[in-house]
Amino acid sequence: MNTNETVFEIKHLQKQFGDHEVLRDINMTVRRGEVVSIIGASGSGKSTLLRCVNLLETPSDGEILYKGQNIQTGIPSLSRYRAEVGMVFQQFNLFNNMTVLQNCVSPQKLVLGRGNNEALETARHFLKKVGMEQFINAKPRQLSGGQKQRVAIARALSMSPEVILFDEPTSALDPEMVGEVLSVMRSLANEGLTMLVVTHEMSFARDVSNRVVFMDQGVIEEDNSPEVIFNNPEKQRTREFLSRVLGN
Amino acid sequence: MIQFFSDVWDIITKYYPQLLQGVGKTLLLALTGTVIGLIIGILTGILRTAPLSKNLFLRILHKAANGIIAAYVEIFRGTPMMVQAMVIFWGYAFATGGNTLPLTLSGIIIVSINTGAYMAEIVRGGIISIDKGQFEGAAAVGMTHGQTMLHVIIPQLMRNILPSVSNEFVINIKDTSVLNVIGVAELYYMSDIIKRQNFKTFQTYFVVCVIYFIMTFTVTRILRLIEKKLEGKENYTIFGSQSDPDAEIHVEKGA
Repeated sequence: MNTNETVFEIKHLQKQFGDHEVLRDINMTVRRGEVVSIIGASGSGKSTLLRCVNLLETPSDGEILYKGQNIQTGIPSLSRYRAEVGMVFQQFNLFNNMTVLQNCVSPQKLVLGRGNNEALETARHFLKKVGMEQFINAKPRQLSGGQKQRVAIARALSMSPEVILFDEPTSALDPEMVGEVLSVMRSLANEGLTMLVVTHEMSFARDVSNRVVFMDQGVIEEDNSPEVIFNNPEKQRTREFLSRVLGN
Repeated sequence: MIQFFSDVWDIITKYYPQLLQGVGKTLLLALTGTVIGLIIGILTGILRTAPLSKNLFLRILHKAANGIIAAYVEIFRGTPMMVQAMVIFWGYAFATGGNTLPLTLSGIIIVSINTGAYMAEIVRGGIISIDKGQFEGAAAVGMTHGQTMLHVIIPQLMRNILPSVSNEFVINIKDTSVLNVIGVAELYYMSDIIKRQNFKTFQTYFVVCVIYFIMTFTVTRILRLIEKKLEGKENYTIFGSQSDPDAEIHVEKGA
């Protein structure tokens, strides 16, 4: 695996809602196999950045390159692009009318055009991986938050993505369920999946990611290795934020 | 009192073919009107909640269609169905120089268009009330808007709007009685004929009243049962459980 291959290159990305500027001049690069954690206070633009990357929000200015192609003008199909760039949401967003298995099977058939057997096999493989193979007949409303999030991860994995974007995947969970989701994410990171993770879990950012991006008021304040960010941050704001969330 | 019951009994035994014919026509009008109205509602609801195209021409077309739908809803909700029946039936006659459509067909058209206006609002509300996350979850795996509607939104929509649709059906059973003004031979029209033959106005309408109630009550119960069925099971089977024969993978067609 070529770990130097650039997956994303974000250049001068800017996003505003009306007069409110949420992202101001964001520049960053994500290489294949990297796990990048994005941390920062609420309202700093972390989620908006992630949502721009898979075009749930349309950037106001600047460009996002995926494997060298501009995602707004240079990719052949938005559908295919989104299949390659998976997303896991804070609120899970599983399809309520489908069972766990159907949630993982039907997008493969509809978007990737996979046959029934291949889709089933893939779905069951990843449901097993996240420890949800026993619940394939359940509907989302019958599951706990942690279980739902694991199914959502299996759904994203079933699309055979290049990258998965995680938008605060543990923020809506009860504390005792955070662990089960983080451990799934940890094992994905160890297998070399490229991941962009917006998170408030500082231990995940510190122990699992290769890089940590600290955002503040719509800009990337610091982009560094976890060791530097957590032990000896270069910027005063990073230091202040971490001492606030880590409580020392 | 005994006289009253004997009159009622006479009406039932003597006129039951006409009464049954009226019941049949009323149910036919109410059922087809509700189904066609629902289809109108779903189509207009999808159109009105669809994102506008980037193509300028399609965009203008879409906005124009939205305007027409909005006008349709306002006009048909804001006027009585009895008047609509007269305007449509005689309007057609006026426009074609005296031709008229078959009565039952006219009735179905009128009830469908009228119900469609209510359904359009019911469906639009139903789509809006579905969690935005369902759309985002579908978009994030790469589904198109059409796929999202067909496979994710409409199945949830149908479940959500079923109580309102049932309600429309019951209303239609009663409101098709206004079609007597153009001479559609539904239950009320039949009772009018019976009354003119036996001159027992109160007794005749009493019988008809009871028949209407039996129809609406039965339909309400049946629809309630269907709603319960659609709710689905509250429990699920653990895959691999040996005590439960259902505990194997069932993938429905089109999953």
